[in-house]
Amino acid sequence: MARNATPDIIRLPVWRARTVMICLVAGFFVLAGRAVYLQAVNTDFLQMKGESRFSRVLEISATRGRILERNGEAVAVSTPVSSIAAIQGAVEMSPERMKKLADTLGMDVRDIEKRLADTTHDFIFIKRQVSPEVAERVTQLGIPGVLARREYRRYYPGGEVMAHVIGFTGAEDKGLEGIELAFEDALAGKPGSRRVIKDNLGRIVEDVEAIRAAEDGRDLTLSIDGKIQNLAFGALKSAVEFHRAKAGAIVVLDVQTGEVLALANMPTYNPNNRGKTTLAQLRNRVMTDIFEPGSTLKPFTIALAMETGKVVPQTVIQTAPGKMTIANHTISDSSPHGALSVSQVIQKSSNIGSAKIALSMPREDMWNSFIKVGFGAAPRLGFPGEARGKVHDWKKWGQIEQATMSYGHGISVSLMQLARAYSIFARDGELVPVTLLKSQTVAEGQRVLSPNTARAVREMLELAVQPGGTAPRARVMGYRVAGKTGTAHKLDHGGYAAHKYVSSFAGFGPVSNPRLVIAIMIDEPNNGQHYGGAVAAPIFSQVMQGALRSLGVPPDAPMQPIELPGEGDEVREGT
Amino acid sequence: MAKLNLILLALLMACALGLVTSQHKARKLFSDLERAQARERELNVEFGQLQLEQSTWSLHSRVERIAAQALNMRAPDPRRVRLIQPEGAR
Repeated sequence: MARNATPDIIRLPVWRARTVMICLVAGFFVLAGRAVYLQAVNTDFLQMKGESRFSRVLEISATRGRILERNGEAVAVSTPVSSIAAIQGAVEMSPERMKKLADTLGMDVRDIEKRLADTTHDFIFIKRQVSPEVAERVTQLGIPGVLARREYRRYYPGGEVMAHVIGFTGAEDKGLEGIELAFEDALAGKPGSRRVIKDNLGRIVEDVEAIRAAEDGRDLTLSIDGKIQNLAFGALKSAVEFHRAKAGAIVVLDVQTGEVLALANMPTYNPNNRGKTTLAQLRNRVMTDIFEPGSTLKPFTIALAMETGKVVPQTVIQTAPGKMTIANHTISDSSPHGALSVSQVIQKSSNIGSAKIALSMPREDMWNSFIKVGFGAAPRLGFPGEARGKVHDWKKWGQIEQATMSYGHGISVSLMQLARAYSIFARDGELVPVTLLKSQTVAEGQRVLSPNTARAVREMLELAVQPGGTAPRARVMGYRVAGKTGTAHKLDHGGYAAHKYVSSFAGFGPVSNPRLVIAIMIDEPNNGQHYGGAVAAPIFSQVMQGALRSLGVPPDAPMQPIELPGEGDEVREGT
Repeated sequence: MAKLNLILLALLMACALGLVTSQHKARKLFSDLERAQARERELNVEFGQLQLEQSTWSLHSRVERIAAQALNMRAPDPRRVRLIQPEGAR
């Protein structure tokens, strides 16, 4: 076999060419597959990763709504402040830097060190709520890992005067008490966020999308009248101080609209600086505390008796000898009165009289009448912790319970409930719904009494503030007013304390066309006097006078100076 | 054919430049908007602070104190006040 003579024609085996071809095609398929994988299958993930290199999600904080009193004066406003914080791990601190930081913040170096030693959190506040100027200076120090964070602080220009109505917010600007808590949802607003593209200098160059628009909190206008609130607080404060009382509370209602015009408590606190606020200062005695009201409840017993036709104002009740024993318990009047008409029972505040009237009625009716005026149920103002009061089930009442309840012992109510219940006498028998928000429309009441009965009780209550009644000091120059005192023994260790009293007064005016209901409670007056007529009634007079004038209510009585009662003109009540 | 291509090329160039300018404009307008919004927030904050200041200055207790002490004013005796109901009022 001879060798091939033509060496320039080399015939390569076909399989080699095919192999190369297949390799190339396979290579292309791999590339195409990869492209499909990147562009189609995995595109979302990669797109996201890419965007995250230059796009940022910004939080947009929502401002908390302002709270205004009824005339538009701001009583709670949020304003930005800065907090100085450190990011644990990123902080590069040197003794020299530490010193500068401490100087700028007005803090002790050791204090800062102690805070930075906390390694359980990544984000540590060094000092909260500093002024923007201080924050600016801290940022200029340029310490790595130390930054100024903007947040909001709430200010209350009304201070202690409005404290118990408005309440306050916590460090994160969340409502903790009062209106701030009750209307948290409306006030807080919703923080929003949006995605943006930033350039290398950190400027925003493009808004990609708004993820959620920020919604600022709504402004809230309260029913509180700044002027009347101030007047009520001032009167209450001086009375509590003068009588060296443990506490006191006052509430002023507009009878027509059901609005709360003033609500004040003593002792109070400064919501702007709650450093050493005690629990006693925080207590809201108008809304969340209950007390045994004493004689201020008598008008409800009498009204029921008149409504059911048991008595008329002229019916005579024998209250002599001023003592009465029911089932081994003796109840008494502070001074014996003899035979009294029903009107006089209210005027002189006779326990025996009201107990006798009460005992002539079925227990169930009495229980019903208490429930109907709102005792035993929260007044539903939307306020946190509204007290329901205590009205025991009528099936468990004995005769003595029925008798004492007629003059306000063995039953507990809040001051707000008491004030609201008095609206039935001021509104011709209608119970008004109460609100803390400005409304201005005449509220639809709920009929509890017939207009005739309501007017008759109104006349009796007007007698009670005349000389010969229990509260001549409640009178107001130029206006006819009406009301009832209460002086209740305080419950203490399961029994009634002999020398601890709650003095109260609830009343309204002007009688010809009632506009305001005012209820006052003074807890443990301790300066020689404890009768409601001496302790609480003067506050009523003072606040009623100022409030009616400030509202421009026309006088319905001659302008004659009121002579303060001499010893004989004032009747002392038993409870 | 070459002519058409040239026209299309010119059109393409014009469009490309147009896109660049409009993109630029959009960014500029956006940063303007951004600034205006920041200003709005600032003004809002300032409004809040001014409101706060106003209510602090006009506190009833403060007004009362200044009226009584600095200006020697006092509330008129109720007997010397006459209330007038406007025409047609209740």
